[in-house]
This record gives sequence, C-alpha cells and structure tokens, in this order.
Amino acid sequence: MKTQLFTFHGGVHPEQHKAESNAAPISVMPLLPRYVVPMRQHIGTPARPVVSVGDRVLRGQIVGAAEGYVSTAAHAPTSGRVVAIEACAVPHPSGLFDLAVVIEADGEDLSIDMQPLDWRALDPSALRNRIRDMGLAGLGGAVFPSYIKLNPGAQKIHTLIVNGAECEPWITCDDRLMRERAAELARGIEIMRHALGCTTVLLGIEDNKPEALAAMRGAAPPDWRVMSVPTLYPSGGGKQLTYLLTGVETPTGGRSTDVGIQVFNVGTAYSLYRAVELGEPLISRVVTLTGHVAQPGNFEARIGTPLADLIAAAGGALPGASGEIVGGPMMGFDLMDLAAPVTKAVNCLIVKSPSLFPPKPVELPCIRCGACARACPADLQPFEMYWYSHAKNFGHAQSYHLFDCIECGCCAYVCPSHIPLVDYFRFAKSEIWEREREKASADQARVRHEFKAFRLEREKREKAEKFAKAAEKSKVAGGADAGAAPADPDAEKKKAILQAALERAAQAKQTVTPKNTDNLPPRVQQEIDAIETRRAGVENTESQK
Amino acid sequence: MENYLLILIGTVFVNNIVMSKILGLCPFMGVSRKLETAISMGAATTFVLTLASGASYLIDTYLLGQQLHYLRTLSFIVVIAGIVGFTEMFIKKTSPVLFRVLGIYLPLITTNCAVLGIPLLNVREQHNFLESLFFGLGGALGFTLVLVLFAAMRERLEAADVPKPFQGVSIAMISAGLMSLAFMGFAGLIR
Amino acid sequence: MLAAILVMAAIGLVLGGILGWASIKFRVADDPLVEKIDAILPQTQCGQCGFPGCKPYAEAIAKGEADINLCPPGGADGVKRLADLLGVEPKALGEGKEPKPKSVAVIDENTCIGCTLCIQACPVDAIVGAAKQMHVIVASQCTGCELCLPPCPVDCISMQVIQEDVLSWKWRYPVHMMKRVA
Repeated sequence: MKTQLFTFHGGVHPEQHKAESNAAPISVMPLLPRYVVPMRQHIGTPARPVVSVGDRVLRGQIVGAAEGYVSTAAHAPTSGRVVAIEACAVPHPSGLFDLAVVIEADGEDLSIDMQPLDWRALDPSALRNRIRDMGLAGLGGAVFPSYIKLNPGAQKIHTLIVNGAECEPWITCDDRLMRERAAELARGIEIMRHALGCTTVLLGIEDNKPEALAAMRGAAPPDWRVMSVPTLYPSGGGKQLTYLLTGVETPTGGRSTDVGIQVFNVGTAYSLYRAVELGEPLISRVVTLTGHVAQPGNFEARIGTPLADLIAAAGGALPGASGEIVGGPMMGFDLMDLAAPVTKAVNCLIVKSPSLFPPKPVELPCIRCGACARACPADLQPFEMYWYSHAKNFGHAQSYHLFDCIECGCCAYVCPSHIPLVDYFRFAKSEIWEREREKASADQARVRHEFKAFRLEREKREKAEKFAKAAEKSKVAGGADAGAAPADPDAEKKKAILQAALERAAQAKQTVTPKNTDNLPPRVQQEIDAIETRRAGVENTESQK
Repeated sequence: MENYLLILIGTVFVNNIVMSKILGLCPFMGVSRKLETAISMGAATTFVLTLASGASYLIDTYLLGQQLHYLRTLSFIVVIAGIVGFTEMFIKKTSPVLFRVLGIYLPLITTNCAVLGIPLLNVREQHNFLESLFFGLGGALGFTLVLVLFAAMRERLEAADVPKPFQGVSIAMISAGLMSLAFMGFAGLIR
Repeated sequence: MLAAILVMAAIGLVLGGILGWASIKFRVADDPLVEKIDAILPQTQCGQCGFPGCKPYAEAIAKGEADINLCPPGGADGVKRLADLLGVEPKALGEGKEPKPKSVAVIDENTCIGCTLCIQACPVDAIVGAAKQMHVIVASQCTGCELCLPPCPVDCISMQVIQEDVLSWKWRYPVHMMKRVA
C-alpha cells in the first residue's frame, strides 16, 4: 500500500477565513412557517411536481418525482399545506425564477413512515432505485444525482474517494460534519462501498482541519486510508483530489469513473446514511453562514429554507453588508434575491461587506505574463483561452480545451491585470452550448423537412397511380363520364367544407364566444375548465419568470 | 550536394522571395486571413512553382536555345498557366471548399510574379536542371513559410484589441513590414 | 519566325493535351459545398431569404447567385460563419433582414376550425391535427418560420417569443472596464 501523495500543478493559497465559522457546533434551524422547494435542484431534468395546490404533505413526502434518467426526487421538508406551485426565486447566477413547490408549515412537523433499509441484504440496483426516490444528489456543489454515480455500470470501480478536502475559503460545513458526525458518515461511506462493489476507500482531508482528520481516523475501519492533504486550493476538485491521492489523471473530457475511481463528497455520504439507515430522504443539509453576520456558524437547514431566514438565524447581517455570495468566494456567485431558498447545492452563504470583499479593481489588458497558466490546476493555458473567448472566437477557445476548465477561479485570483477570466470562460462555454443546441435543433428540422418533402412526393406519386388505375377501370367499364372525371375528385368537397368552416369562423368572430366550445355536454365542459385552470397556473409561472 | 542545400537555405531564408525580393505580395496579403487556407495556398504554389521551374528550364534549354530567347517570357507564362489550370482542376475535385476559399487567388497563381520570377531568375543565374528544381522548390517553400507565419499572426491579430485606425489591412501591412525586417536578419547567415 | 511559331504551337499542344486529360479525370459531379453551406443555415425553412427553403438558398450561394447576408434567423453570426467558409468579407445583414427574437407559433384553440391548412404549410411537420379537429403545434419542433400564419383562414395562430429560463440562460459577456486616465 502506497502512502505517497502526489501534487497537482498550480493551485493558490487564498486567505482561509475558516476560523470565523468552524468554532461553534452545527445548530439545527428552528421550524419555519414557509418553505420553497425548487424542482430543479440537481443536474439533469427537473423533478415533476406530483402534488397540487391545497394538498396536505408530510415531512419527507415526495413533492417532485424524478423525471427521466438524470434526475432525482424532491421532498417536503416538513408537514403542511402546498400553497403554490409557481416560479420562485432560486439561488442561480441569473436571478431568474424557476418552478418550485411552496409549502406552508403546520407546525406539527409530522413525518411519513420512514423505513430503514437493510442495505447489506439488498441488491445494489434495488438500493440505487431507493436512493433515487430519496432525492440524493452530490452535496459538494455539482448536485449530480447520486444513484447514477453509485452505478458502476460498464466500468469497474476499484477505488472510492471521499472528498473532505473542503478547499474553498470560508466554507466549513464539511469540517463540522466530519468532526461531529464521523460515525454516521463512516456508515454512509460503507453503503457507498457496498453499492459500488469496490474495495479501496480513500478519504482526503486538507491538513487545516486536524480535528476533522482525527475524528475521521477514529471512525474509519482499519482498511480505509484517511489521508491528510496539504492545504492548497483547489485540492477539493474531483480531478485534483483523485490525482493527489492516487496519482491517476482523469482523461480530458472524461470522468474519474473512466479510470475506475468514483468521488463523493462527505456531505453526500452523510445524507446517504440518513436515507438508507434512517429512511429519511434528503430534506436537510448543513450550510455554512459566514462573513459579515453577527454569529457566523454552520446550520442544519431544511431544503427550502429561505436564505433570508438563514441569515436571521445567524443573528442577522451586520450593518454595512453589501450583498451575499452563494458558495465560496472562488467559485460562488452573487445572490440576486434573498427569498431564494437553500437547495441541495447551497453549501455556503457569505454575507459580503466592503472590507471583506472590496470591489473588484478595474480590468486591465492582458500582458501575457503567464501567471494564470502557472496557477491553473487543470494544466490549461487560461491566457490563450481568454484571448479567444474575449474575441468571441469560440472555436479557437475550444481548441485550447476550454471544456477541461473546472472554473476554480485560480487564474482570475492570480491575474495581475484583474481580468475576470472565469467569467469569460463561463460566457464562452454557455455560448458554445447554445450553439450546439441550435445546431441540434437545426439538424432535427432538416431531417423533418426532408422527410416532409419525401412524403409529399410519395403521396403525389401514389395519388397519380390511383387515378391512373381508376381511369383504366372506368375505361374498361366503358363509362360515359370517364372524360369528365375531375383531376381531384375530393377538391370540390374540400372546398365546400372549407367554405362552411370559414363561415362558421366568421360567425364565431362576430359572436365573440367561440363556437367550437359551445353546447358541450357538462362532462366535457368540466374537463375543459379543469384544463384551463391548470393552464392558467402554468402561464402564471411562465410570466412570473 | 552542398550546393543544392545552400540553394534551398538561401532561397527559403536569406533571399526569401516575399520578404527580401518583394515578389508574390498579392497572395501574401490576400490569402493570409486563415491559417488553413494559407497552408493550402502554400502547398498549391509549391506544386506549381516546382513544376514550372523544371518545365521552363527544359523549354528554355531544348526548345528556345539562344535564337528564340525573346519567346522566354511568353512561353513561361503559357507553361505556368497550363500547370495552374491543372492544379485548379485537381483542387476542385479533391477539395471544393478549398477551391472556393482560394477563390480568385488560385487562377491568380498564374500571375503571381514569384511564379514567373523564379524561372526567369533561374535562367539569369544559369542554373542546371536540378538546380532550377531546387531553386523553385526553395522559393516556394520560403513563400509558404512566410505565408503560414503571417497567417498565424493575422489570425491572432483578429482577436486583438487593435486601435481603430489600424484595424484590418493596415495592421496586417505593419506586421508584414516588421516580419520583413526580421527576415533581414538572415542576411548575415551566409558570408 | 517559323521556328518560333512551331515552338509555341508545340507547347500549346502538349499543355492542351494534359489539360484535356485532367478535365476528364478530375470531373466534379456533385457540389459538396452545398452541404457545408446548408449545415450552417438554421434550417427554419422560413423562406425569408427569398428561396423556398434552406437547401435552395445554399445551392444559390454555392453557385454565387445569392448573397450570404439574406438569412435573418441565422443572424450576424450566421453571416460571419458563411463568410469564413467561403473566404469572403463578412457583411451586415441585408435590408429588412433584421433577425427577430426566437419565437414559436401557438394556436388559439378556441378559434381553430381544424382546416389543416397550417399543417400543409408547416415545413417541418410540427403541427399535429386532423380535419375538423383542433390543431396543436409541437413547440420543441417549431422553427418559428411563421409560414403557418398566412394560410390560416381564421388568424388563430400567433407567434410567442421564447422566454429565457434557468436552463437556457447564458452567462453574459463580462463588462470590459478600462481604467480612466485622468
């Protein structure tokens, strides 16, 4: 067994700011009157709401069902009544609204019947299906549905890496989780090992968390290796941690599963324990609230907790606060609306102040000093990618492996010209994705257009053949009207029908009330009314975005 | 053997046809907007120029001789035009996009002064057949080299923040001038 | 004099022979350029370029009969990519060819009489319905070409601009701030 650590290229040492929030134990948020559960909390297809307005729900009840393969469920965080299913503020860099189920708590916090699973006796695939309905997604920030990651599929997974590096400054939720709930966490990791069918378990923790290291070493079975990794941002990046611990590089454009390694965040392992051994779906997570607030710390908040309430729980923002960051300062984004709730992806909320986060200096021209390339942990050349992203020459940007960029922000951190490099890369990436979407829909349209042309041609041919046959037949019969047969016998009829319809439509316009919905049997009318109310709901959602 | 090597190096670097003889500027400015097309144009010109040098040597030596030397320019142009026509058909068949991209510059190889200049220089320098071939090849390689280098530069320039008065062809001209200065450095290579 | 004429004639004859052989050997049957141009066009099949679809427009461009700036749905970006492919200077979109925001057609179900005329007009078969039955447009297949608007006898089809949502949202171009020199 090798205990050697590898070092990845680049990385930076931003100010830690961990001490602000890692001293106090995790405090459990009190029950709130209102929760907002967005349907799109994970990567992939959003969940589909399966409750309707007015429904009574219990804690842990599914309110949004997984839709399609890359998806997972969303659950009610407490018992209460569904008061709305509409577009709400969500923690997203755009500030756009997204579909969410709003639940008004009844204060009783009644739970569904939570059944623990005997996972050791359970087949891994049955276990995964269960996990899908439990709404588990990667809590490190990428929120990829966990049940897919727990499926080794065609690749054989030999190593499970559990990511407790928590390299982003300010964030301490994983630190506190490991210190306080090491035993539960360890059982979650055992479940992962069972599902993946792998033998080796590596746990990587940055050496600025000695307490967490000690706690995990105490809780870990002897065949795991709990490794202390040097504090260097971004050692908690999946590919970086994999390299640090194993020396295996993830191929470009690939995932770590391609080399037989699966990486999970410690938070996910803990939620997995809760889901499997306690039968509790993912309805809460630990969130770090820090920065310019009265009592920074970690909070176990239910999914759907409005961020404003979270700040209030930490004693409220201090005077002079200048906004909030969701996530860490390196990779996070500015929050647009405090009504946005805690989602599965929200691991940290930082309240800014001008002294903690001074306004960004003006951007100066790139001097091609190469500092970004020296800092890049993905071995890229950010200055080249910037050069072409800046000029909107996306093809060239892509040829410099733009999509291997993990958006860690090291390049922008070291840039002496204060260029927001990551913003340029995100811009270029989303433009390229947009272009690919357009290309896909253009290709689809082309196929459909060509098929239509082919179909018209075929119909014309078939019609001609039919007429030829008919003409022959009538000739054989010696019919007198053979010569008078119109080119298209349906034409007259069609014209008449169309004329009648036109007249009806004209009438409909005059009488304002549309005619095609008049004089309906009550059952049909009821159905239409139901559809209209549903549609009105959807349209409201659309227009509120 | 050494002689041929010297001819190659001399024509590619020291007496570069574009940078020091200032021949073939039309395609140099015209087809250097994209690296890909520059490479293809260079390849096409290399093909034409090498063949033209050989063919014109044969014509000059065996057909024209001393009596008909006044037909030199005329017959050279005819030969070059023929070879260009052949190349054109070949490219049209093998790469229609390249054909379209090279556009007018492909038939214009005919009037590329470098392509006529090299056979004429061959005659003046009294090169033998192999020397003529190498002189043609070297000249064409030199042309391709600067064309590709220049295209790579222009491709980057397109993404640069160029001050408004310098945008487009003017900055290209300035870079060409700087490049020519740089190539002067090779003059010290052979002494 | 005779020698000169003979020499030139000989050269001409030989070259003519070679070129004649080459023109047979390298004959181009089909023009693959059309495919490449067609791949850039947005395939809305809207006919706003004045041709009855994207393919005919691509053919016209390949033949040099049409300009590259006639496609409004392709926008300035499409013109630029065509210019790149064809090695010409990009230019602004032509007069009256300004791109509109991306939209989908929506049928007002209360007014639709089920005449099937729009179904016949739709170039991509994105309208579902039958005679005397209400018609519905499959939004994900609709290219926003507006070809179904004129045939509708009761004007029940309208264009709705596609709103940006969390999924289709794009990161904005970073605001480039230059230092002000005092």
